[in-house]
Amino acid sequence: MRGTIVVDTERCKGCNLCVVACPLKIIRLSQRQVNRKGYPFAEQLAPGMCTGCTSCAIVCPDGCISVYRTR
Amino acid sequence: MTTNQEIIKPENLVYRKPRLLNDTPMHYCPGCGHSVVHKLIAEVIDEMGMQEDAIGISPVGCAVFAYSYIDIDWIEAAHGRAPAIACAAKRLNPGKLVFTYQGDGDLAGIGAAEAIHSLNRGDNIVIIYVNNAIYGMTGGQMAPTTLMGMKTSTCPYGRQASLHGYPLKVTEMAAMMEGTCYVTRQAVSRVAYIRKAKQALRKAFEYSMQGKGSSIVEFVSTCSSGWKMSPEAANQWMEDNMFPYYKLGDLKDKQN
Repeated sequence: MRGTIVVDTERCKGCNLCVVACPLKIIRLSQRQVNRKGYPFAEQLAPGMCTGCTSCAIVCPDGCISVYRTR
Repeated sequence: MTTNQEIIKPENLVYRKPRLLNDTPMHYCPGCGHSVVHKLIAEVIDEMGMQEDAIGISPVGCAVFAYSYIDIDWIEAAHGRAPAIACAAKRLNPGKLVFTYQGDGDLAGIGAAEAIHSLNRGDNIVIIYVNNAIYGMTGGQMAPTTLMGMKTSTCPYGRQASLHGYPLKVTEMAAMMEGTCYVTRQAVSRVAYIRKAKQALRKAFEYSMQGKGSSIVEFVSTCSSGWKMSPEAANQWMEDNMFPYYKLGDLKDKQN
């Protein structure tokens, strides 16, 4: 099972809840970049590891995360 | 080895922002529980195919702009009066799904009379009640639901029983009423809670369409700005302090 996420970085408010929810701990907030509102946004580390479990997207309050999964 | 570009295809999409949640950026603070509840409402209404038949009544409070975010019909009510408007809307349109969306200041504070009488009458509406134990929009004042000892801007030494009385459990009151069919308390801080909360919301909407009576779905939520914590710390504080007093689960489920 392979998956990946696409983050709507302009909608993201950097609340960090997806980072906490990710069971594999492969999401972090951007370290040096911010979006137009000034928030650091979620980004995926280690793209090959994501299983597409949707945990991050379910807890995301602003619905910024789309999840894709393939077998 | 598949690359991300090969996975990102429409047929592989498993989760995206609900269709009924429009692109207007939500004004809520980062990590606010309101946004998650909005998302659940949008998902459930879409799954039930009720977009054209849903009427939401938005409150006064943080969720005052709910009508800007979910693409259904909305009525904006005066402070606390959402159940009264919902009662009228449902009686005039019995085939519509009518729900109110209220915070704890709106429902348990100024609108307590409307909410209690509406629940007791069994108006076939759903009351969505987001309880974060504080008046969030106006700057974190003490609400009827503020926990004992909890510090807010109007009780800086903590809530004391001798001065402020005790936190109000509206959902427990609703469970004792004959007019209610489904009374539940949920949370939206973790994936498992969110999944459960979605099922509860769907059940409440279905019962209201079957004419079983009024439902109240309470969401124990956070106010990271009002509590002056990070969203993550606020979720933890809620689980440690609010859950023992506001216990999660179904308080009443009238099956028939």
